Amino acid sequence: MTGFLIRRILQAIIVVIGVTIIAFILQNLIATGPALAHTIIGPRATSQQIHEFIATYGLNQPMPVQYWHFLWQLLHGNLGYSFKENQSVDAILGQQLPKDVVLVGSSLVLSLLIAIPLGIAQAVRRNRLVDHVGTGLSFLLYSMPTYWLSLLLIAAFSVSLQWLPAEAPQGTNVGQILADPAGLVLPIASLTLVNYALFSRYMRSSAIENLAQDYIRTARAKGLSERYLLARHLLRNSLIPVTTMVGLSLPGILTAGLVTEYVFNFPGIGLTFFNAAVTSDYPVELGIAVLVGLVTVAGNVLADIGYAVLDPRVRYE
Amino acid sequence: MSDIPATPSAPNQHTADGAVAIGQPLPTAAGTEDGGLDQAMPTGGDTPAGRSAWRLALQSFLDNKLGIAGLVLVIAIVLFCFVGPLVYHTNQISPNAAQINLPPSTRHPLGTDYVGFDVLGRLMAGGQSSIEIGLAVAVVATLFGVLWGAISGYLGGVVDSVLMRIVDIILAIPSIFLFIYLATVFKPTVGLLIVVVSALSWVGPARLVRGEALSLRVREYVQAVRVMGGHSTRIVLRHIVPNTVGTIVVNATFQVADAILILATLSFLGFGLPPPAATWGGMLSEGTNYLYDGYWWAVYPAGIIIALTVIAFNFIGDALRDALEVRLQRR
Repeated sequence: MTGFLIRRILQAIIVVIGVTIIAFILQNLIATGPALAHTIIGPRATSQQIHEFIATYGLNQPMPVQYWHFLWQLLHGNLGYSFKENQSVDAILGQQLPKDVVLVGSSLVLSLLIAIPLGIAQAVRRNRLVDHVGTGLSFLLYSMPTYWLSLLLIAAFSVSLQWLPAEAPQGTNVGQILADPAGLVLPIASLTLVNYALFSRYMRSSAIENLAQDYIRTARAKGLSERYLLARHLLRNSLIPVTTMVGLSLPGILTAGLVTEYVFNFPGIGLTFFNAAVTSDYPVELGIAVLVGLVTVAGNVLADIGYAVLDPRVRYE
Repeated sequence: MSDIPATPSAPNQHTADGAVAIGQPLPTAAGTEDGGLDQAMPTGGDTPAGRSAWRLALQSFLDNKLGIAGLVLVIAIVLFCFVGPLVYHTNQISPNAAQINLPPSTRHPLGTDYVGFDVLGRLMAGGQSSIEIGLAVAVVATLFGVLWGAISGYLGGVVDSVLMRIVDIILAIPSIFLFIYLATVFKPTVGLLIVVVSALSWVGPARLVRGEALSLRVREYVQAVRVMGGHSTRIVLRHIVPNTVGTIVVNATFQVADAILILATLSFLGFGLPPPAATWGGMLSEGTNYLYDGYWWAVYPAGIIIALTVIAFNFIGDALRDALEVRLQRR
C-alpha cells in the first residue's frame, strides 16, 4: 500500500507538471511580447509603455526561462499578478474559491443524496415504474445542454412563477453569498440536476451488478430481511464505486460549474475564468487552469486511495 | 489497477442483459430479468450453424426496443436535415429585416428568428453542420484513441507509462476551459472545431482500448502470432484492434452525442461557428435571448432537436453495448 501510494503520488506530480507545461505553452501561443502588451495596455500605447510592460512581466526572456520562472513562483504559491484587476492571482482565487466550495460542494452532495438511493431503488425494482422514471429522468437531463437546463429553470421559477430570483447572490465573500439563500436555490438546483445525470446511470448499473453477487444470494438464503440486506450489504458495497465515480467526474462537474456560473452570474472561479479569457487577462486564466488541473488530479488520487481503503479486496502491489 | 475509468458520459447500463442473447434462444423480457448470473459465460461457444456472432449481435440489437427507437430517430433526423432542404427551400444566407421574430404561420411553420431566417429551414441547415461535426469528431477521436490505447496496452512498460501519463494530463484539463482558451485566439471554423473537440475526446477510447489490450496481449492467439514471427504492427492492427471493436463502436456512438452537446455549449459561450453559418447550438443560444419575450419558437425547436439527437445516439449506444456484450467500465 505504501509503495502504491508513493508511486501514485509521483505519477500525480508528473501529471500536474504536464498540465502546467500545456497551459503555459497554450498561453504563449495566444500572444507574446509586444503583441500581448498591445492587447493589454491598448492600441495607442507608446513604445516606452510597451517596453516597460514587457520588462515588468519578463516577456522578453526565452519561453523555457519564463516557464521556469512561472513554475518556481508556483512552488512558492505565487500564481502571478493580474493584467487587469490590480490584484494578485492568489488574491483573486482566494476570494472566489470559497464561494465555489459552497456552489459546487453543496450540489455535489445533494446529487449524491438523490442518485445513490434512487439508483439502488431502480436496481431493486428493475424494469418497474421507479426504474423507468429514474432512467427517463437521467436520459432527459443528460441530453440537455447545461445552460439550456439552467435557462429552463429560470423561465419556470423566475419568469413564470416569480418564486425565485434569476441571478445568483452577489458578493465578495461566502457570508454575503449565504445571506441571500433564495438566490442560491436555482444555481445549486441546476448543477445538482446536471451532476445527477452524470451519476445516476452509473449508480444503477453498479447496484445491479452488486445484486447479482453471491454475497447477496447468501444473505438472502440466510433469511435476512430485505431492508437489512439493502441497508447493510447492498448500500455499503454500492458506495465503493462512488468514490471513483466522483473523482473521475470532477472535470465534468467543474465544466458544468463554469456554465452555471455564467448563466446565473455567480461570482466564482468559472465566471472569473470566462471573463479573464474575454479580457485577455492571461495570468488569471493560467492560474485557474493550473488550479483546476491540480484539483482534478488530487481528486483522482484521493479516489484511488479511498477505493483501496473502502474495498479490502483491492490490493495494490 | 490503473484502469479504473468511468467515462461519465457512457454509464454502464443493462450490463447483464446482453449476455443472455448469444448462443441461446432469443431472450424475452422475462428471460432477461436475472441475466446477471450468466455474465461469466464466454462469447460464442457453440454458435448454431449459419449464425455468426455478428448475426446474433444484430438480432439482439433488433430486439432492443429503445435501440430501434434511437436508430429510427437518428435516420429521421438525418433525412430531415439532409433531404429536407431539397423539398423545403429557405434562404439561410441573407437576413431579412422585414420578417423578424414572426410567430409560426403557414409560410413559416416554426416562425422566423431574430434576423428573419425561417426557423424550420434553419433547423435543417444547423443539423447538417452539427451532425457532420459530431460524426467527424467521433471518427477522428476514435481512430486516434484506439491506436494510442492499443499500442500503450500492447507494448506495456515504459511506453505504456509515458503514453498513459499524457492521457492523464489531458484528462486533468477540463475541456471547456481549453476550448475557451483556444477559441479566444482562433476564429472557429468547421475544421478547427473538429480538430479541437477530437483532440480532447480521444482520451476516452484510448483508456478503454488500453485496458482491453492489456488483457488481450497475453491471449494464446496473440502469442501464437508472435511465435510465428508476426510483427508488433501486425499484432496491434490485425489482432488487438479487431478484438476491441465492440468497445470502439459503442464508445464512438456515445461520442457523437457528447460532441453535439459540447458544440452546443461552445456556441452558448460565444465560441461556435460565426453567422451566417447555422448550428443548433447557435440557434439555441441566440434564441435564449428571447426566452422571456414569449418567442418560444426561437428556443424550443432547437433545444428539443438537440435533446432528441443526443438521446437517440445514447439509445443506440446502450443497445449496441448490450448486443456486443461490451463492458465500458471495468474496475
